[in-house]
Amino acid sequence: MATEYETSADYIQHHLTNLTYGRFPEGHWGFAHGQEDINAMGFWAINVDTMFWSLSLGLVFLAIFSWAAKKAKPGVPGGLQNFCEYAVEFVENNVAQVFGTRPNPIIGPLSLTILIWVFLMNLMDLVPVDWIPHAAALAGIPYMKVVSTTDPNATLGMSISVFLLVLYYNFKIKGPIAFGKALVTHPVPHWSMYWFNFILEMVDMLAKPLSHGLRLFGNLYAGEMIFILIALLPFYAQWLLSLPWAIFHILIICLQAFVFMILTIVYLTQAHETEEH
Amino acid sequence: MESSLILVAGGILMGLGAIGSGVGIGILGGKYLEGVARQPELQPMLLTQLFISLALVDAVPIIAVGISLYMIFAL
Repeated sequence: MATEYETSADYIQHHLTNLTYGRFPEGHWGFAHGQEDINAMGFWAINVDTMFWSLSLGLVFLAIFSWAAKKAKPGVPGGLQNFCEYAVEFVENNVAQVFGTRPNPIIGPLSLTILIWVFLMNLMDLVPVDWIPHAAALAGIPYMKVVSTTDPNATLGMSISVFLLVLYYNFKIKGPIAFGKALVTHPVPHWSMYWFNFILEMVDMLAKPLSHGLRLFGNLYAGEMIFILIALLPFYAQWLLSLPWAIFHILIICLQAFVFMILTIVYLTQAHETEEH
Repeated sequence: MESSLILVAGGILMGLGAIGSGVGIGILGGKYLEGVARQPELQPMLLTQLFISLALVDAVPIIAVGISLYMIFAL
């Protein structure tokens, strides 16, 4: 498939470049043509393909689940209703196991949304790497990165949103005073070591959203990269390597969606723990 | 010269990250098997916990792989 590209590095570069809309240094707005334009745009740029795929997959998730919920009837459930009930029950069990029975209106729906949404975005990785970019190129769109979770902007955006929720619940449940006290007294409860505790807690605070987002990004980025490298091989070797990797990748796709959800629940649970430990 | 240095750096980044987590995941899997052998009825619960800690350990080398691939292809 690498025929219309100069070298294999060009092919890889093309498949790893987002369709970016942003402000050029000269002041006008437009689509970037290549990595140099994206670097020149800096902050005032948005990855249109990431936004499009993540938002439309989010709508797909909402549509499927609300349709199944409206159509649900007593008796033996059909295939779709079965799947939705299974997903909801799975999330419910996990929330009950980790979070317990504290009253919280947001954690259940949030976990379900994260699980299915991340799963759907990861699932786009199993679409052969050339289909959608090639179709987009025929339609006149130069770049198209289909898997939203291979864009750190998307994954870090999600993890930072979770982090903001954690801060909100820390303030709401523990109160600012108890929260501030927990920040400085935790590992060594002695006043002369408060500055040290504070530094440790700050590192912990910053590492949480960073590793939360980068874990999902790194797994999917590495997987996508291996699919792209396989696509560079001659056609008779592709099937041989792509199939085992795709089957193994199904595990990674489900596992990463599950882990992202579990960590969200764990972080929110930590924000709700008021007793000393 | 500079691009070949980036290739070497990416290789070291991936390799060293893989060593530590390889040992870690090996110990993790071994302990899981031990636990299941001792109490087979706990297997489903242990499997969930295994996957969670597996993904936590997995994150470090995977982040290293992501960063090194980024260095090699996007810089």
